[in-house]
Amino acid sequence: MTPEMKGFVLLSVVKMLFVFTVVLVGVALLTLMERKVSAWMQNRIGPNRVGPGGLLQPAADGLKNILKEETFPSAANPVLFVLAPALAFIPALLLSGVIPFAAPLPLDFDVTLPVLGRFVHHGPLPMVVADVPVGFLFVIAISSLGVYGIALAGWSSNSKYSLLGGLRASAQLISYEVALGLSLIPVLLLTGDVSFSTIITVQQQGLWLVLPLVVSFFVFLVSGFAETNRLPFDLPEAESELVAGYHSEYSAMKFSMFFIAEYANIVTVSAMVTTLFFGGWDIPFVAVGTAKPWALFTLAPGPIATLLTGLAFFAKLMFWIFFVMWIRWTLPRFRYDQLMALGWKFLTPVTLGYIMLVCVVLYVAELAGLRGTLPLHLVLTGVSVVCAIALFFVVDRGLIITGSASRRARRAGLRPPQRLPVSF
Amino acid sequence: MAIGVKVLKRPEQEVSYVRAALKGMALTFKHMFEKSVTMQYPEEKSTDGEHGGGQWSLSPRWRGTHRMLTDEQGRSKCVACGLCPQICPANCIKLVPGEDEEGNRYPLIYEIDEFRCVFCGYCQEVCPEEAIHVGVHYENAEYSRGRFVYDLERLSAQTHPVSSLWDPTDPRGE
Repeated sequence: MTPEMKGFVLLSVVKMLFVFTVVLVGVALLTLMERKVSAWMQNRIGPNRVGPGGLLQPAADGLKNILKEETFPSAANPVLFVLAPALAFIPALLLSGVIPFAAPLPLDFDVTLPVLGRFVHHGPLPMVVADVPVGFLFVIAISSLGVYGIALAGWSSNSKYSLLGGLRASAQLISYEVALGLSLIPVLLLTGDVSFSTIITVQQQGLWLVLPLVVSFFVFLVSGFAETNRLPFDLPEAESELVAGYHSEYSAMKFSMFFIAEYANIVTVSAMVTTLFFGGWDIPFVAVGTAKPWALFTLAPGPIATLLTGLAFFAKLMFWIFFVMWIRWTLPRFRYDQLMALGWKFLTPVTLGYIMLVCVVLYVAELAGLRGTLPLHLVLTGVSVVCAIALFFVVDRGLIITGSASRRARRAGLRPPQRLPVSF
Repeated sequence: MAIGVKVLKRPEQEVSYVRAALKGMALTFKHMFEKSVTMQYPEEKSTDGEHGGGQWSLSPRWRGTHRMLTDEQGRSKCVACGLCPQICPANCIKLVPGEDEEGNRYPLIYEIDEFRCVFCGYCQEVCPEEAIHVGVHYENAEYSRGRFVYDLERLSAQTHPVSSLWDPTDPRGE
């Protein structure tokens, strides 16, 4: 092995250790955060007995889960029953390796260690474990594998509740993957690349993509909720209907693996939203290295820039994780028909239409000779905002999610749909 | 007075889901900054309204585990009339009457099985001597089921305040 390659391997190992430690510890702390946030939203205190302010609660939970009895239903398929939690867990964790979490760090070193030999590295070090060129395609591909874990868990438990949960999960994940994938096509059209680093660079040149592609962002967010099985899309584990859905028969650490997978998926979705639509590690009005419109400050690439951008990424990530919890403790679960109708009859056609719209705008902009990233983004922002207003103020009245009372009224022809006197 | 039934007015018209969801999110967010209503139980406890005050109080009509009142000589006030085992709907009072040389009746055995008791308070209501009472008390944990059969000695040794039963002629307790 050449010294350069050894340097690469060394740095990769360090980054892996860093990212996976942060993600695993973070996931443990997210369970505490979820319980705290839910408590505050319900005027309660939340866990506060273990450690200062309940900070060691995840450790106590982990210890409990390791010491608990592992149950094996006698009728379960033993191989798949054990394999399923791992299948849910591994893809969820893998994804944290491809999201850039800070600005590249210029790093040069040339050291010789006693046994291992010479390590050399030159040039900027991307702050991501694997800066894969296939970018979000990799995320979509790997995150789809998670459904195998859930479906197999449901099937191999040999319990009707688990099976129903697994079936629902498969149907839901596959339905919403369509909308999820399609909602990223406008990003691809606008940035011309699927790699996260390029997408972040384009957002630094223009606007954060949430503005030019607000409809895409909305569809991605909703589908992301559905993909992580979070409320209001938690039908696979609907307690009131299915005991605990696909993990009804699991106990101890195997149950915990599903739990960790769920929270790791939340982290991934939040990181995706942050990176694709909110500029990733980009700090508003601050340019790092490259020129940027509206930059008030310029940071030279270096440890400080990397640290600050890392903090910016972390802040945005935490906001979206909080947002996921916020939604969970606000909205009730959808009915199954509402879930399917939302996915197939609303999100998918809307996204297809939006792709067409973005294509037309890009084509017209090119014909009109619009140059540069920023003017293009501004034009698209205008078009998208009009589009979003049309969606949320006109189409979203009885078409997206319909309550049972209004459905009944409409079916019976009792009264034509009216506007409520109160304004939402 | 007719019983008021709360009828929820559900929207029969079309409402926007997204905007309704945003409204709900504003509500939950507001709640995050409100004062918590949790009682930190083992540290903070409910006291009975008359004797403790504080933020948490039990109703004076709370019916908890029993207490047998005693007279000045420390004997129980019970005259073993047998009304309480008679009225007890759960049949949890065991009473064996005895009589001393002066002809006064007293309980030889008086036991209440607190597991069978439904805490209706009829025993207190029916007692002519105001001897047996239900108490304003909770926290009754024991290590064995047998310990939940309270005998006369234990009933007399209880010190917690007793409940004032609801009087139909004075519904507000004034």
